[in-house]
Amino acid sequence: MKSNPGRYWSVACFALAAVVLLPIFSVTWNLTQDSEGVWGHLAETVLGKYISNTLLLALGVGCGTLLVGVLAAWLVTAFSFPGVGFFRWALLLPLAIPSYLMAYAMTDLLQFSGPAQTWLRETTGWSRGDYWFPQVRSLAGAVFILVLCLYPYVYLAATTGFLSLSASVIEASRTLGASSWSRFWRVVLPLARPSIFAGVALVVMETMAEFGAVDYCAVDTFSTGIYRTWMGRGSFVAAAQLSTCLLGAVGLLYLLESRFRKSAKFHHATQRTQPPAPARLKGARAWAAFAACAVPVLGGFLLPVVRFLQLTVEGGDSRTGELFIGLAGNSALVAGVTALVAVVCGLLLTQLRRRAPSSSNLFAVRAAGLGYAIPGGVIAIGVLAPLWWIEGGVNDVTESVLAWGPGLFLSGTIFAVLFGYQVRFLAIPLNVIGAGFERIRSTVDDAARTLGASRLRLLFGVHLPLLRGSLFCAALMVFVDVLKELPATLILRPFNFDTLAVRVYQLASDERLSEASTGALAIILAGLVPVVLLTRVLKPTHADSAPPGKSP
Amino acid sequence: MNRIVLVLSCFLLFVSSSLFAQVVNVYSARHYDTDDEIYSKFEKKTGIKVNLIEGGSGAILERLKREGKRSPADVFITVDAGRLYQAEAAGVFQPVKSALLSKLVPANLRHPDGKWFGLTKRARIFLRSRDRVKEGEITSYEDLVKPRWKGKVLIRSSSNIYNQSLVGSLIAVHGEAGAEKWCRGLVANLARVPQGGDRDQIKAVAAGEGDVAVANSYYFARMLNGTDAEKAAAAKVAVVFPNQGNRGAHVNLSGIGVCANSPNKANAVRFIEYLMGTEAQEVFAAGNNEYPVVKGAGTVAALEAFGSFKEDKVNAAVFGKNNAAAIRIMDRAGWR
Amino acid sequence: MTTGPAIQLKGLSLSYGDVVAVDDVSLDIPGGEIHCLLGASGSGKSTLLRIIAGLERQGEGSVTIGGEVVSDAEGHIETERRPVGFVLQDYALFPHLDALENVLFGMPDRKSAESRMKAEELFAEVGLSDRVDAMPHTLSGGEQQRVALARAMARSPQVMLLDEPFSSLDVQLRAGVRETTLRILREAGVATVMVTHDPAEALSCGDRVSILREGKLIQTGSPEAIYHHPCGQEAAETFGVINRLAGESSGGRVKTSLGEVDLAAQDPGCPGTVLLRPEQLVLVESGDGGCRVDRIFPEGSTTLYLVQTAEDERLYVRMLSTETLPEDSSLAVRLR
Repeated sequence: MKSNPGRYWSVACFALAAVVLLPIFSVTWNLTQDSEGVWGHLAETVLGKYISNTLLLALGVGCGTLLVGVLAAWLVTAFSFPGVGFFRWALLLPLAIPSYLMAYAMTDLLQFSGPAQTWLRETTGWSRGDYWFPQVRSLAGAVFILVLCLYPYVYLAATTGFLSLSASVIEASRTLGASSWSRFWRVVLPLARPSIFAGVALVVMETMAEFGAVDYCAVDTFSTGIYRTWMGRGSFVAAAQLSTCLLGAVGLLYLLESRFRKSAKFHHATQRTQPPAPARLKGARAWAAFAACAVPVLGGFLLPVVRFLQLTVEGGDSRTGELFIGLAGNSALVAGVTALVAVVCGLLLTQLRRRAPSSSNLFAVRAAGLGYAIPGGVIAIGVLAPLWWIEGGVNDVTESVLAWGPGLFLSGTIFAVLFGYQVRFLAIPLNVIGAGFERIRSTVDDAARTLGASRLRLLFGVHLPLLRGSLFCAALMVFVDVLKELPATLILRPFNFDTLAVRVYQLASDERLSEASTGALAIILAGLVPVVLLTRVLKPTHADSAPPGKSP
Repeated sequence: MNRIVLVLSCFLLFVSSSLFAQVVNVYSARHYDTDDEIYSKFEKKTGIKVNLIEGGSGAILERLKREGKRSPADVFITVDAGRLYQAEAAGVFQPVKSALLSKLVPANLRHPDGKWFGLTKRARIFLRSRDRVKEGEITSYEDLVKPRWKGKVLIRSSSNIYNQSLVGSLIAVHGEAGAEKWCRGLVANLARVPQGGDRDQIKAVAAGEGDVAVANSYYFARMLNGTDAEKAAAAKVAVVFPNQGNRGAHVNLSGIGVCANSPNKANAVRFIEYLMGTEAQEVFAAGNNEYPVVKGAGTVAALEAFGSFKEDKVNAAVFGKNNAAAIRIMDRAGWR
Repeated sequence: MTTGPAIQLKGLSLSYGDVVAVDDVSLDIPGGEIHCLLGASGSGKSTLLRIIAGLERQGEGSVTIGGEVVSDAEGHIETERRPVGFVLQDYALFPHLDALENVLFGMPDRKSAESRMKAEELFAEVGLSDRVDAMPHTLSGGEQQRVALARAMARSPQVMLLDEPFSSLDVQLRAGVRETTLRILREAGVATVMVTHDPAEALSCGDRVSILREGKLIQTGSPEAIYHHPCGQEAAETFGVINRLAGESSGGRVKTSLGEVDLAAQDPGCPGTVLLRPEQLVLVESGDGGCRVDRIFPEGSTTLYLVQTAEDERLYVRMLSTETLPEDSSLAVRLR
């Protein structure tokens, strides 16, 4: 009796991956089109700048987040000092603030006419040219802002890496005479390296896709170039061609990141994975550790929030009350729907990868996660073209038959936005749920199957309960990211549909930052809830000095 | 599966909504809160629902072009004349024959065939530091490139359409070579790499980072009524209307036109006629401190205080025609 | 080199809340001795090992290594600075380094040629010269254990600590690896503390054996002394089931139901309990025996019998498998 239900699953998942990949293809296809000289003009004037700025930005942000994230993660996992419990989750707070909001706040604070420099000039009597103050609207400033925004990704990755070290390996290195510093450098860091590098690769991908903050800081990168070429010059084709370059670079990064995550698996040869108990710090060292952890939290979260509060009090958005419910409702609606759909799709895809890890399935799943590395604007470009094509076809057919067309039933409705979000954010559940699956031994699946469990029963009866944490985590992360999303939303949204992010952006780009601050605070507040829940859902760190009652 | 349900429901929703009430679908690059006030008044008066999509004018234009004949847009509102021209050249607008509109809107502020109409006016003016720049020391756009102003000029990025239109108007006067020379001279005189918006330039002058800022009139007027910090900054600068001795200050329009494939053309024309009414004009202009286009509509106090000025009467379509050349010139001159 | 004991433990105690892990343990281990700590799970033997290494700090008592006090109430020298080598239960090889780099890890000058030569000698000694470049996850259990041993020995420590070093190996493998390990340790002449829960292993490996039970040190002595002269029932039961017979001492011997035992008792004329190991009894043919075999436990070379006597006593008797058993009805238990 032939029974091969797996085939239908594979097909479904391939279809899903293909749908997600569609925008990428539609963008890349423009390589074959003629840009009417715009490309040539770009190459002459600004392309070199785009390349160098993008590379420098990526380098700067990568190094910066590496330093900040790894240091913070090491302090928080290996040591015990006053406030360590607080910092363990507080260091994640900057995740609630989108990069463009961080840029608004920081430039407002640090620019020439901002409070910081004004205070400096007033107290010292200096005027322009008498002193040097770093330019916040510059490449360096953009790096600074993005490091503050993005270090939590590396922090998370490093913490995971450090916590999955086994105590015995650390103890063995101690018995071999390695001092604390030597241990960190020669054992802990090399073992945690793959996880950390995966985190850094993620950060660099985000950096290359970054638009809002970079634009505000007057830095020309590929991302801003794509926008200007499309919206400013009206050359869709040239913009798509620029996007393809960016896609190439990002694709490379994506491959790197998966390789790192794979090699991370080989680095745990021992069974006992209880992490070592933290060492107690005292005196000056304890306060140094405290300070080192406090700086990112202050700069990356407290400072912007306080500034926004200040601005709101000074001259907040007068229409906040009446608009707020609607905007917040819209934001929550799309975020919620996207999270739900993404988690379901992610679950199906990862389940397929686990059950039938053929190279084609693996490829399909990997491809479906590419969207995360693509700038929102590029996704918008990529989403609209196929939708228009479909709508064109349908309308032609219905018009010839019924003399009536449904119009833009896809690109003109919320469908376009939701589709765009799926393409962009599917990578999150793929990663998170995938990691969750890896924690379930494959022997469990085998046992269930020998007991007669069907595929569905295995999924719902065995995997789902074990994956609850991962599913929740993935949904939350998608929710937060959708709340913050801006560029794709701006382009794809339908009539009478603004999100909080859109409103804040409009106000800020109209230089009404005080009014934007109210909406900004709302976004941050909304983003806080999932972040705090996320820290709870994350595995609680090792209990302090657990008695070795297990194996005396 | 969820997606199918969602798609179906969106589809039904869209279809059903278009079967019901009268609507006018507005694609607008303006995003001032007071505009919504006008729209609600229109809805109450006529019972026609206003569906609104706001966004950057470039983005909306692109969307319109892509949507093509399926576009549900009835009217397109821009914040710059250059965009009006580009939209017209892309075939986005259709001609409108309305005696009322021809009467209300001055000829140089509308398209001869009625493809678009100016809604409000704004001037691109100088804000000079009261302390460091004497009255009359700088009088024209051409002055900006003089060596006297080296390291003293503040202006926003070349990516902004207002600057592109300004350069477009300079091309009309000095030709492309002359305009490029002007741009290079300007870049050499900049106090800092272009960053921020118009108000940031004004604030920078007040803080001492430069001596002269170039900005739209309504931004400054807004600052006069803004937060304490803004008022303090505004007090430190003075208004200069450039080129009063020759052609007049560069004036830009925000405009509106009926879209080529408008499904509700009658509603669209009614909408535009309403916007040209005195009441709407005053609210529109007042909401953003702009000058109304319609004769007889009053201006806000802040603008009255600036005084009257000579406007460059060139047809706004010229900026749009020169837009591509302007961008090329600005890129070559290194105007970031 | 000092002439005192290599390791001196004085009055060590450690509790975790209500749980007492180590209870007033004192022990001296001379240089060159291989000392086995024997006990069940929870007896505190691994904790003791970790205290000697410095990975745990005792609540009371002191630890002296090579004549130098490394830990007491006043001070505590960290693990990193103690001259101990530790082979952990799961070997804990560094997954990111190959076997050679693992061994070189703790050596003071690991980049030098001498160090490399020394490492390769160690590899030869443990019989792994051909696996020098292998990554840990490609090594078998026995190979990992030997690399871990070589790694610990590479620093020429004064004291070697082994935590159940053979427990995760296959039984067939165990003997060979044990041989190699003991040979290396003996040749190096370094004092060794080895923790095990296997009584047979303790007896065969150790020069001396200490029995630990619930954190207390019950008895220390040579294997022979421990086995044949346990100091109490607990010590005796460490090695297997024990027969208890009531007895009365009289004149240098003790009378039991099975006969007289040659035992010097403390208080003559007092009743007491005599403990006998199963191999000290034998089943013989006897007409009026009246014993019944309840259960048989084959043990390979020997067989253990659970016997019910006529007086309803349950006795364990161990006989060689080759010794045939008399007929059921005429069984009796006798002292050998």
